[in-house]
Amino acid sequence: MFSRAYKLAVTVPPLAWVALFLLTPYLLMFCYSFWSISPAQTIVHSWNVQNYRELVTVSVYWQTLLRSMWIAARVTLFSLLLGYPLAYFLSFYGGSRKDLLYQLVIIPLWVSYLVRAYAWKTILGSDGVLNTLLQYVHLAKHPLEFLLYSPFAVVLTLTHIYTPFTFLPIYASLEHIPRNLVEASHDLGATPAQTFWKVIFPLSIPGVLAGATFAFVLSLGDFLAPLLLGGPSGIMISNVVVSLFGAAYNWPLGAAISFCMLVLVVALLFVSERLEKKWSFS
Amino acid sequence: MTSRSSSNSRSPWLLAHAFLVFGFLYLPIGVLIVYSFNGEGVGGFPPHHLTLDWYRTLFNDGAIWDSVINSLEVACAAMIIALAFGVPAALALDRAQFPGKALFRRLVLLPLILPGIITGLSLLMLFDLAHTKLSLLTIVLGHGTALISVATTEVFAGLQKFDRAQEEASLDLGANYWQTFWRITVPNLKLPIIGAALLIFTLSMDEIAVSFFLIGRDNTLPLEIWGRLRRGITPEINAISAIIFLFSLAAIVLWYRLRVKAEGSVEVGAELLETQENYTLER
Repeated sequence: MFSRAYKLAVTVPPLAWVALFLLTPYLLMFCYSFWSISPAQTIVHSWNVQNYRELVTVSVYWQTLLRSMWIAARVTLFSLLLGYPLAYFLSFYGGSRKDLLYQLVIIPLWVSYLVRAYAWKTILGSDGVLNTLLQYVHLAKHPLEFLLYSPFAVVLTLTHIYTPFTFLPIYASLEHIPRNLVEASHDLGATPAQTFWKVIFPLSIPGVLAGATFAFVLSLGDFLAPLLLGGPSGIMISNVVVSLFGAAYNWPLGAAISFCMLVLVVALLFVSERLEKKWSFS
Repeated sequence: MTSRSSSNSRSPWLLAHAFLVFGFLYLPIGVLIVYSFNGEGVGGFPPHHLTLDWYRTLFNDGAIWDSVINSLEVACAAMIIALAFGVPAALALDRAQFPGKALFRRLVLLPLILPGIITGLSLLMLFDLAHTKLSLLTIVLGHGTALISVATTEVFAGLQKFDRAQEEASLDLGANYWQTFWRITVPNLKLPIIGAALLIFTLSMDEIAVSFFLIGRDNTLPLEIWGRLRRGITPEINAISAIIFLFSLAAIVLWYRLRVKAEGSVEVGAELLETQENYTLER
């Protein structure tokens, strides 16, 4: 029913815009990663793999990447540990307050990222809320210094930020489980634990995968929380990129790291897609 | 109901866990608000000398309000761009076949799942190559482009429930496509479009990772706050944060109402799950 002209009119503008402002920039990043920087600080457009070689041979780069992945893995794990039982509780025991509780989970999601990261800084600082509280109740004599400017602070803050993200797809997948399956499992004599592990959990795996992917990928690329709360030991790979694009002025090397991150993320999405397909029952 | 009666023994733990998680989620927000009234500044327990001084300082702070105006302008412009391209993109995905459709769908969603730094830096390289001076305009282009996906997914979901017979009737009765679009398609998609607009607006107001690399001389609100945080903690920031929180709260309640009206129930999680699925599945 839609004419050719209609289809062109709705297809061409978005396609052209996305090609110009998304595809071209990503491709440009790819090109940059093969260029280099001259001693005179200009970009040399000659193609070579020097940047990638540097990433492999200079240990600080891949060590920072590994540390970032380790931080992201912990954030993912804690987000799941906090988000999954909460989603389960809301979905199965929420009762009449389900809607309200659901809103309460997503409200923090809408509160500025920066505001929440900053709030943790005021809580964890050496004369922050937590330390002064501990001294006030005589649980600590001196401020605990490890709280702020440490990987601990980064993991805590990112967990706080990504728990609602993880919660949402898990909750959605739990809500989609036909309740008669659960009832059937009970009626056939399964214990609650059996019902959970054999019926509910497997059916919620697509949600877990989606949530875990979001938490891992977004925390892996974060650079603001580490800058604000991480201190020297909490530096993540994106901070290295930021400095390469700023003071260190080596865009090609920064582009190479960014492109590696891009590939890593797309690969993760691909894997999680495969796993989700395997586990989705419809 | 069966699950409730048969596994009641496990729910106290779940209840306790839920309380703890809610406490964890709301603790920082509560601290911010309480300390925005604390006369002694930030930190220090217990808070005392309640005062409105920080709000007074804030309202007299020109730089903050300039950045608020900048952010509002950016968010409005980004919203227009994202809708102007996101709505047709949803129609295209729903109704047209074209080469590269699967790639297009994935590409549009990429900025939502990619860390902002990648999108921000790649746009920075584009603007650098084109000798475009960084300004609020470059931020608008970045936000507008990155948030097209929000408009596309919301409207695409709306289209799945949309009865095309009305459009057919309109066309049969002699209206042209343009008239049909404005008089039938858009009114029917009103709620998803408003919902998307609200979401885009809020996300843009809060966006920092992409803006970080595209900023020119004028700051947006998050970048203004960021600049001050780098210099050290000031209670004014608590005050502005508390205000931002109230506005976010208003926005989400509004959005939630719209959602309930549009769908009968609310499932943002489904949306996120769908985002993931859209990204991965080809329809």
